[in-house]
Amino acid sequence: MNLWNKLMCYSRRRSPWIFHMNSGSCNGCDIELVASLSPRYDAEQLGVRLEGSPRHADILCITGPVTRNSVQAVKTVYGQVCGPKAVVAIGSCPATTNVFIDSRTLDGPLDRHLPVDVFVPGCPPRPDAILQGVAKAAQILADRAANKAPVVSVLLPLAEPECACSCAQADKAAAPACEVKP
Amino acid sequence: MNLTTALARLLVFPGVLFAVPFAWFFLWVERKAVARMQGRIGPPFMQPFLDFIKLLGKDTPVRGGAGGLLMRAWPLLAVSAAAGAVGLLPVLPSSGGFEGDLILLLALLEVPSMCIIAAGFSSRSIFGEIGSAREAVLSVAYNVVFLLAIVSIAASQHTFRLETLAQLPPSFLRYLGIAAILVCLPAKLHLNPFSLPNAEQEIYSGPMTEYAGPELAMWELSHGLEWVAATGLVATLAAPHISLAWLAALLFVALSFVVVLLLSVLAAATARLAIDTTVRFYWQCTLIFAVLAISSALFMRFRS
Repeated sequence: MNLWNKLMCYSRRRSPWIFHMNSGSCNGCDIELVASLSPRYDAEQLGVRLEGSPRHADILCITGPVTRNSVQAVKTVYGQVCGPKAVVAIGSCPATTNVFIDSRTLDGPLDRHLPVDVFVPGCPPRPDAILQGVAKAAQILADRAANKAPVVSVLLPLAEPECACSCAQADKAAAPACEVKP
Repeated sequence: MNLTTALARLLVFPGVLFAVPFAWFFLWVERKAVARMQGRIGPPFMQPFLDFIKLLGKDTPVRGGAGGLLMRAWPLLAVSAAAGAVGLLPVLPSSGGFEGDLILLLALLEVPSMCIIAAGFSSRSIFGEIGSAREAVLSVAYNVVFLLAIVSIAASQHTFRLETLAQLPPSFLRYLGIAAILVCLPAKLHLNPFSLPNAEQEIYSGPMTEYAGPELAMWELSHGLEWVAATGLVATLAAPHISLAWLAALLFVALSFVVVLLLSVLAAATARLAIDTTVRFYWQCTLIFAVLAISSALFMRFRS
């Protein structure tokens, strides 16, 4: 691998621009995603930038159980993100449809429609878990650029990741267990 | 100015070789200052450079026909105009220049904003068109004040040659002009009280909505170069004349840095204004100072 490719891999890992898409979420995960950009968690240290346009983004962060109304929009936005790209499913809803399972208004879970790279479980997941998922997705982007082994979906552990701040230790809320459908 | 010095100024200092790293540096200073103001730590030092490299490696959507060609052309035109504007700045003492280079500099500074307007309309996205319309209205509003301020400085000194202007002893009128230019800079650089052309999240990314990959990288670079050119203009006008070359260059960088810091802090401390408030601000509140400046400049000229 020559120098340019190394630099490109490093840049992809260090500069993940995200686009946030809500596919019928209850707004819980959306609040946590915004919290991960706030002063306490400060995602910009990882180079994360919340972009207004899907054309600018590298990583598509999708929340919500994918309602029938939003399926087409999710597919359109996924098509608008320019490659190389990664998809992060935030929360238990896009992974399993969570408590809305078997609802007639849903067309989920998300991986029926898009190739999902990272699942961040939790209802809602903590901001540091979301950050870990985004960092993992950025690593996947870099590996894809380096043509390493094909990447299969990653399910982050439900256990609390190492927290940067002391307060996060206080409320280790037990998130509902979720399983990824094969 | 012969060809060698002209090329050296355009390509080495203060042109491309100096301006591109400083464009990234100023973009980083802006983001870092905003982060510190919000109580965050902010991006690492290399962030704008890494963003640029990453964007170069991304795909672009296939666009055919004349529209696609134009969309590829606008960012390149903006980058080259901004780099040319930086190259014209008389940073080093006795660096040459020609009569009327101030007019060329103003024209080149205006080209990126014209390109942004054209880019938004040629992208044919509704958000791009809204952003372009806002940019057009905004540039009509601030340019009157901006141009009047610079013309008043030039008219009071009887010259449109930047180097002569920079070497003359400072006067009250020049500081009034610099203040007027500083008021216009947030609008010129799309910073926060006047950030409505590319109002993030509100109209997606304005004129840049449809851009991706290397083209977006060029837009980022042209934005950084605009930072260097616009703050450099203020720095050359405000700096006292120094005959030592390295000291002059150092002072130029330090003054530009101070202006960048000032503008970033202003951007972090304010919220976005609506278009009518912005236009009213420039036409009602600042125009009177610009008119005062130019009338006193003309008065001084007739008296001398």
